[in-house]
Amino acid sequence: MAEELAIRLRGVVKRYGHITAVDHLDLDVPTGTCVGLLGPNGAGKSTTMRMLTAQAIADEGDLQVLDFKLPRDSKQARAQCGVVPQLDNLDVTLTVEQNLLVFSHLYRIGRHDRHEAIERSLELANLVERRDTRVDKLSGGMRRRLLIARALVHRPRLVLMDEPTVGLDPQVRQQLWALIDRLRSEGTTILMSTHYIEEAQRLADTVLIMSHGEGVARGKPSELVVEHAGREVLEVYGPPARLAEVESEAGAAGLKTRRTGTSISILGLDGRNGFGGFEGERRHANLEDVFVLLTGEEIG
Amino acid sequence: MATAAPTEKIGRLERPAITGVLVREVVNFSSYWRAATFSSTVEPTIYLLAFGFGFGSLVSRVGGFSYVQFVGTGTVATAVLFSSAFAAMFGTFVKYQFQRTYDAILAAPVDTEELVTAESLWIATRAGVYGCVPMIVAIFFGLDPTWGMLTVPFIAWLTGLGWANFGIMVAGFAKAIENFNYIVSAVLTPLFLLAGTFFPLTGLPEWVQVLAQLNPLYQCVELVRAAVLYGFEWNDLLRVGMLVVFALLMWRIAIRAMERKLID
Repeated sequence: MAEELAIRLRGVVKRYGHITAVDHLDLDVPTGTCVGLLGPNGAGKSTTMRMLTAQAIADEGDLQVLDFKLPRDSKQARAQCGVVPQLDNLDVTLTVEQNLLVFSHLYRIGRHDRHEAIERSLELANLVERRDTRVDKLSGGMRRRLLIARALVHRPRLVLMDEPTVGLDPQVRQQLWALIDRLRSEGTTILMSTHYIEEAQRLADTVLIMSHGEGVARGKPSELVVEHAGREVLEVYGPPARLAEVESEAGAAGLKTRRTGTSISILGLDGRNGFGGFEGERRHANLEDVFVLLTGEEIG
Repeated sequence: MATAAPTEKIGRLERPAITGVLVREVVNFSSYWRAATFSSTVEPTIYLLAFGFGFGSLVSRVGGFSYVQFVGTGTVATAVLFSSAFAAMFGTFVKYQFQRTYDAILAAPVDTEELVTAESLWIATRAGVYGCVPMIVAIFFGLDPTWGMLTVPFIAWLTGLGWANFGIMVAGFAKAIENFNYIVSAVLTPLFLLAGTFFPLTGLPEWVQVLAQLNPLYQCVELVRAAVLYGFEWNDLLRVGMLVVFALLMWRIAIRAMERKLID
C-alpha cells in the first residue's frame, strides 16, 4: 500500500532572473514523519518553504500539500499548516497571549474554541507564566517558542519549520529540540529546514540533502552515513604538506577523504586498524561527512 | 479540538480572512493609539488654528463664511490625508520590510487581496474618525453645529479609503523608504495645497480649477463644506462618484503592487 504523503513535490523549479534557486526538486513527506531539508545557506531550503505556502510561485513542476494542488488551492492547504519562520515576525508590542489571539482569528478558530486553543499552545510552549509579557521583553528562546506556539494554535496537520533554532545558544536549542521531538512523537507531520547537522540527525526521520537548489541525497540519517561515509573515520592532523601526503595515499588506496581545516578525514575505514601507518583520531562518521562528500561544500 | 469559522465569501474575498487581519490591527492599535491619535489630529488642528487665526485676522470672510468656518471644514481633508495616505505608506512599508508582518499573515489562510482590503478598510475607518477632529475643534471657535456634520465621518471614510489604497500602492512600488519623498513632494503636497482648504480656487487660472476637479482632496473639501455650510446639491453625487472611482482604482492597483512585492 502506498504511503500517504503530506507533501509531494515533483520537478519543482524556481528561478530568480538568471539564478535557479530550486532546480527540479522532488520531495516526499509522508504523513506523521519529520523530514529534514539539510543544506547550507543558499541551498534553496527557504525558497522551497516559501513555495509550500505559495509565497513563492514555482516556475515549473507539481506541488501538492495535504492533497491540495499549489498554488491554486494554497489557501485551503495553509488553513491546515502551521509555519515557523526563520526570521522572527511576531508583533513585538503585543503580549504573548495577544499574539496567539490574533493568529487564532487568522486561522479561523471558532469563537468557542479560541480560549482552549490559546491555553493549549501556551502550555505546549511553556509560556503560561509569560502570557501577559510583551514580546519585546522576551528572551530569544522564548520568542522562538512563541513562534512555534503560534504555528500550532489551530492544531495543524502539517508544520513547516524554516531553520527553527538558527542563532540560538546551545541550551535554548536543546529546549526547542525537546519541543519539536514532542510534536513528532504525537504524530504531527513536520518539514524542517536546517543547516545544523546535529539537528537533522536527532529530529528527522529522513533527510534530503540540498545543494545549489538540487536534492543530492535522501534517506534516513544513519543509512545515508553508512552508504556514503561508512561507519568509521580517521581524523589525521598535521602540517599542510603531511595532509596532502595522506590525501594522496588514501586516494590511491581507493578511500574517500575530506579536508576539515587543520585535519583530513579518511572515510570508510570500517574494520581496518589504521591506514598507511598514519596516526589519528577515530570517530563515527556523520551526516556532515556525507554532506561534504556529496556537495563539496562545508556546512554551518 | 479547534474548529474553523465558517467561510463566508464576499466575491473573491473571504470574510474570516478580512476579519482576521482587522482583529490584528485592532489589537495592535490598543498598543499605539495614543501616538497615532496625536499625530493624526494635532497636526491638522495646528493648521486650523494657525491659518484660522493667522489669515483669519487678515481675511474676514470667504464666500460668505468666516475664515474659521472655511478652514475648519477644509482641514477635514488634511486630517484625512495625514491619517490615511501617510499611515498607509509608512505602515505598509515597515510591515513588509522591517517587521515581516505580512509574511506571517500570508502563511495563514489569507490572500494578498484580502490583506490589502482589510488594511485599507482599517486605515479608512481611522481616517473617518480622525478627519472629524478639526471640525470638532472649529466648533469651539465659532463653527455652527449642523445635522449635515453627521455625514462628515462617511465622507472622510470614503476619501480615506482611496488615500489608504494610494499609500499601500506607493509602498508596494517603493524600493526604499526614501522613495516616499518623491511622492510627498511631487504628488501629495501639490494636491494638499490645491484642495481649496486654505483659499478658494476661484482665484486661480481656469486650467488649474479644471485640474483640481480631479483632486480627491478637493472633492472631499467640497463635500464637507456642502454637508456643514451650504447643504448638499445633486452635483455632490458626482463628487461622491469620483471618490468611489478613486478608491476602487487605487484598491486594484494596490493589490497588484503588493502581490508583486510579497509573492516571489
